[in-house]
Amino acid sequence: MSNVVSIQDSALHHSHEAHESHHHQSFISKYVFSQDHKTIAKQFLITGIIWAVVGAFFSVVFRLQLGFPDSTFPFLENLFGHWAKGGKITPEFYYALVTMHGTILVFFVLTAGLSGTFANFLIPLQIGARDMASPLLNMLSYWFFFAASIVMIVSLFVQTGPASGGWTIYPPLSALGEASVGSVVGMDYWLVSIGLFIISSLLGGLNYVSTILNLRTKGMSMTRMPLTIWGLFFTAILGILSFPVLLSGAVLLLFDRNLGTSFFLSDIIVAGKILPNEGGSPILFQHLFWFLGHPEVYIVILPAMGITSEILAINSRKPIFGYMAMIGSFFAICTLAFLVWAHHMFVTGMNPFLGAVFVLLTLLIAVPSAVKVFNWLTTLWRGNIRFTPAMVAAIGFVSLFISGGLTGIFVGNAALDIALHDTYFIIAHFHLVMGVAAFFGMFAGIYHWFPKMYGREMNNTLAYIHIWVTLIGAYLIFWPMHYTGLAGMPRRYYDYSNWESFKMFGGMNQFISIVVIIVFITQFLFIINFFYSIWRGRRATENPWGATTLEWTTPVNPGHGNWPGEIPEVHRWAYDYSKDGKDFIMQTTPVGEEETKGH
Amino acid sequence: MKELFLAAIVIIIFVVIFQIAKASEYVSILKGEEKAKKQNNRINGYLMVAFLIAGMIGLWYCNKLYYGKTLFPQGSASLEGETIDTQMFITIAICAVIFFLTQILLFWFAFKYQEKDNKKAYFFPHNNKLEIIWTTIPAITLTVLIVFGLKFWFHITGDPPKNAIMVEITGHQFGWDMRYPGEDGIFGKKNFKLYNQPAGNSLAVDFNDPESHDDIRTTEMVLPVNVPVKLVIHAQDVIHDVGLPHFRMKMDAVPGTPTTMWFTPTVTTAKMKEKTGNPEFVYEIVCDQMCGKGHFSMRGVLTVVTLDEYNKWLKQQKPEYWSLFPDKAPSNKPQQNSDSTTTAIAATNIN
Repeated sequence: MSNVVSIQDSALHHSHEAHESHHHQSFISKYVFSQDHKTIAKQFLITGIIWAVVGAFFSVVFRLQLGFPDSTFPFLENLFGHWAKGGKITPEFYYALVTMHGTILVFFVLTAGLSGTFANFLIPLQIGARDMASPLLNMLSYWFFFAASIVMIVSLFVQTGPASGGWTIYPPLSALGEASVGSVVGMDYWLVSIGLFIISSLLGGLNYVSTILNLRTKGMSMTRMPLTIWGLFFTAILGILSFPVLLSGAVLLLFDRNLGTSFFLSDIIVAGKILPNEGGSPILFQHLFWFLGHPEVYIVILPAMGITSEILAINSRKPIFGYMAMIGSFFAICTLAFLVWAHHMFVTGMNPFLGAVFVLLTLLIAVPSAVKVFNWLTTLWRGNIRFTPAMVAAIGFVSLFISGGLTGIFVGNAALDIALHDTYFIIAHFHLVMGVAAFFGMFAGIYHWFPKMYGREMNNTLAYIHIWVTLIGAYLIFWPMHYTGLAGMPRRYYDYSNWESFKMFGGMNQFISIVVIIVFITQFLFIINFFYSIWRGRRATENPWGATTLEWTTPVNPGHGNWPGEIPEVHRWAYDYSKDGKDFIMQTTPVGEEETKGH
Repeated sequence: MKELFLAAIVIIIFVVIFQIAKASEYVSILKGEEKAKKQNNRINGYLMVAFLIAGMIGLWYCNKLYYGKTLFPQGSASLEGETIDTQMFITIAICAVIFFLTQILLFWFAFKYQEKDNKKAYFFPHNNKLEIIWTTIPAITLTVLIVFGLKFWFHITGDPPKNAIMVEITGHQFGWDMRYPGEDGIFGKKNFKLYNQPAGNSLAVDFNDPESHDDIRTTEMVLPVNVPVKLVIHAQDVIHDVGLPHFRMKMDAVPGTPTTMWFTPTVTTAKMKEKTGNPEFVYEIVCDQMCGKGHFSMRGVLTVVTLDEYNKWLKQQKPEYWSLFPDKAPSNKPQQNSDSTTTAIAATNIN
């Protein structure tokens, strides 16, 4: 980890040279325990990138098993020792990898890495604040995340292996060491790590909400805020209201595991032993888990939606179409997100009437989602589109969101979910709609705001290759999975070759695994580009994209406090592009006498 | 060695790409930034259309390759599954229209409205009529899907027909056990505390309950065709899931909370072998809920036979009670003190 910090240090060193005079800070308070929201954002981002590489690498390893179940890979034994004896990973390790892949990507990368980065970086800059409402809590938010990361990493090295009950950690599997080797101690680490993570997320979320509500600059009314801020605002609210429920679930599970309680356990015979637990319900845990788990997918996707809206508008040189409808649909999605969790549980034997209610509420979400998609399309319509790398990624986001979103209409309908539940159809659905799509939102955001973060530009050619290969790869990987899903092929199988019903997909699995490896390697183009450009990229100009928002009124390398002088005053919304014959009008420009009224 | 070689190739490719990318930056400075930007824009514009066209061809090709391997060509093996297939096709049809419409518009707009000199973007911030249109049309479409979906959902999760036979299926790490209720049509009670593997009572049946005495235990599920069947689903250790892909059915097996599902098989295994042209065909029982290291091998077999064959098969099966308590079997003739023996065994079970 110290590597990361030193990388950032030297990166920041550049950017701070010009503002040494701002106020004196020691090395540690400036680069390590920094309270500057921009530094904290970079800390989140780089930790997120490291986690993304780890999580993606795990998926490559288990894809090797799925694609080549009959081959051995000696280098795996060198890497993983007895978990991959003879170059073939064991089933226990396969499940550990699957679990860690999900946990890392959902929580550490797409929650902390995405909203942690952009909420910290953009909120003060775009609403015109010197920093977050509480820089101290903000710093703690990162360091709790850091602690959570350390605990999770340690869990990878315990003798019995990390948690291996799936990222949804359903008890009794996750509660009983006898049932799964990952549940011996790995699960305790997992729960503690996620507990720390939830604290981090809550500290961050409270800060984001209070900053947005209280620290907007003069003239920055709520309806003049860029949609990125709206997306991050609703994300923070979702997190604040849903993460505590998971925390309670995690604590109860810790009790069940270590203190002999029976919240989630009843009538269990495991490994020939009759357990004394009676009266608990494993389904109760699923309710607690999904009460976070479902809003969680919106926590992942809303920031990406906000970033995409912003980037599509800027690079189409047009206002975002239907600004108020966009906010309205954010609000609708945010509200409905709390009312749909049980659609993950249609086949748990739930009351059919309850199931029907959840079908209705779930499919309702398609309405605001459709509004968003059509608004994005209309934003492109009759634009003057510049294909910056961020723009290509944003268009990729919309495409992936449509593809993955539409299959949500299948799996949200309980009758169809009976056939599709826990098959590859689900994998295809959520990877497209919240996995890869959210990644594209993140890529778009990084390519777009990199000049503001580091005062330099990333290399365009590398960025284009990276985005196009990843987009094509994402479809090649996940599109065929719809078909395996429609063949009933279950998720989370270590090997399909003994199944009469599924063994014919061996060739497809091999193809998918090869694409996975190519896409994984391609990500290093991004990583090299990112770190190389921090020091050696071309120097950025103050407003490279011709955007109207406040962050582009700061110096190229803003110091702590963001604006050297007064905080600018805002006179208009963020989307005056191509208005009255002008390419763009900054938010800080006063409204002229003859200007066309309103938006 | 092979891996080192591969890694070396990858690194070389990386270096080459990186150098080209760096060089393109210098070229753009030499050529003039504006000109380079325009060229980039044109290339990406064409890539948008190329991606759209290649994508459509890809979809067609993928469908050609894999449609035959899905479960649709062989049809559903249960009456209720057919309704699910119907719903699936309605949903696919509607979603396909939206999919093609939006994807084509997205990439076509991107290509058509790419930056050109002397062109200004159209300032078009909002239009309430349009918003209303694309709020109501999805809402109406979804209402249709919800109505159909719920109709099928309530049918499938509702009560089974009166003539349904009952089979109990119990999941454990890592396998399935079946129990048939015998002539009385009622399962003997279970109590997990009576589990006694050495004594053979691994299903934890309460043999003090006389209704358990005619219960039949099997490792294979045999079902008669065209007769509704209600599965009573138990789990012993962790959550499992009885997945029957060919019948489009699925239900979790939850420890402590028995669940049920019912369906009507319509195609015998023999007939399905003909239909699929695969002499090896079997209906497989799939575990659909991650349950530990052997999850992927938790395979069960379900055989659908004609009613006659089923009755014949059922007659050949002996109640579990008889094999656990041979003294009770009719062939051994009733003996004295038998009741007290049972109680004694049950008592040891509790301990």
